[in-house]
Amino acid sequence: MPTIGVLALQGDTAEHLRALADLSVTAVPVRRPTELEKVDGIVIPGGESTTIGKLLDAFELFTPLRERIAAGMPAYGSCAGMIMLASEVLDGRPDQRVLSAVDMTVRRNAFGRQVDSFETDVVLDGIPGGPFRTVFIRAPWAERVGPGVEVVGRISGGAANGKIVAVRAGCVMATAFHPEVTGDLRIHRAFVELVRHA
Amino acid sequence: MTNDQATALNTTGTARVKRGMADMLKGGVIMDVVTPEQAKIAEDAGAVAVMALERVPADIRAEGGVSRMSDPDMIDGIIEAVSIPVMAKARIGHFVEAQVLQSLGVDYIDESEVLTPADEANHIDKWPFTVPFVCGATNLGEALRRISEGAAMIRSKGEAGTGNVVEATRHMRQIRADVKRLTVLDEAELYAAAKELRAPFDLVQEVAKAGRLPVVLFTAGGIATPADAAMMMQLGAEGVFVGSGIFKSGDPAKRAAAIVKATAFHDDADVVAKVSRGLGEAMVGLNVQTLPETQQFAKRGW
Repeated sequence: MPTIGVLALQGDTAEHLRALADLSVTAVPVRRPTELEKVDGIVIPGGESTTIGKLLDAFELFTPLRERIAAGMPAYGSCAGMIMLASEVLDGRPDQRVLSAVDMTVRRNAFGRQVDSFETDVVLDGIPGGPFRTVFIRAPWAERVGPGVEVVGRISGGAANGKIVAVRAGCVMATAFHPEVTGDLRIHRAFVELVRHA
Repeated sequence: MTNDQATALNTTGTARVKRGMADMLKGGVIMDVVTPEQAKIAEDAGAVAVMALERVPADIRAEGGVSRMSDPDMIDGIIEAVSIPVMAKARIGHFVEAQVLQSLGVDYIDESEVLTPADEANHIDKWPFTVPFVCGATNLGEALRRISEGAAMIRSKGEAGTGNVVEATRHMRQIRADVKRLTVLDEAELYAAAKELRAPFDLVQEVAKAGRLPVVLFTAGGIATPADAAMMMQLGAEGVFVGSGIFKSGDPAKRAAAIVKATAFHDDADVVAKVSRGLGEAMVGLNVQTLPETQQFAKRGW
């Protein structure tokens, strides 16, 4: 039985831990390199990507995390987590650091400010059970994805029609929305399967 | 697809979107700033959001007079300066200040006792707004009244602008004790508890069942040091507002970064000790017991 870590520097770590616990998976918070060593997969939660990046650096977790993911440890990021996993960030801070786990360019706060945050239905490839009710909060989207990156979901309708909001590349998954706040466990289940078979 | 269908599919301002925004701030520090330069220092230090206001609470105390929503130009300047969320304060009950702040595109409104109240009986009806609200509370009943009016996040009131954490401690302990007490009551006793708390029964029942508030709980009011922030987190806060404590201190950039780290590692005394070194002067602070009642902000709000 694998152990999944949830990065616990800042953000909605508790919601991801709860979702994984609901799937009867052993899930633990990760804030230190020694805690990272003990997990078989990592979730990077929603939160403020600039804060999470600074704390990863300050507590010497940035390099070990990047190296573990590069070496094949499965990772899943929601919202800020998607930004952290990207290879390039638009509208970020000049000193913003990313883990470059997925060859993609993301635009930060792409849908606008909090008053523009929204819920919608998104159809996700490879996730059975019908459209996913998704919650977007000052969310990013992927503006470009490299070869080998599978687009799993896009916005349908409205001004952002067609924008990429869910991707998968090898054993790394990322969503611009927050399945952890909806109670729909299908994405976490898919990630747990990924970790089991890694 | 017609426009109507698109609207039905894509909905802004739902309770989930508003409360979810507060979830994303958890474990973080929200800092009071009065200029774009201060906002940049806060963002550089790792703040999860900034609170744009004209004067920090310590200056509001010192200068007196009526304290209101900030100048829209000043809020625009701060929104322009940083990429992190920007919050702003409206007076208690002043729903038009709130409408203006929503129109400016702020990410969260603090209906705040730090400003001079505009209505002595009613708070803002927060449900019709798309922008989410945070409100102060001194106990569970007050928190649940604010949530019933539509607040998507609660913070302790503390006693803002004093640099004295004693009132925030009292409020955090009180809220925690009130929540714990509900969890051991039986269903019949909850009706009396709701009456006592002066809070809606369905919310009282929800708290009793979950053992926590239905929204995120931050702390605010008098936090001046990394140890203050860590203590509030250990008392059950899910994040920290720092008002005057940063920009009224000797080395704001260093103190801000230290409070961010101490909040994230609040249960690790080695980290809190390390970041507490060499921060320079803390804000001077005021003794809350000697404040006349008319100058106690926490007493504002009903």
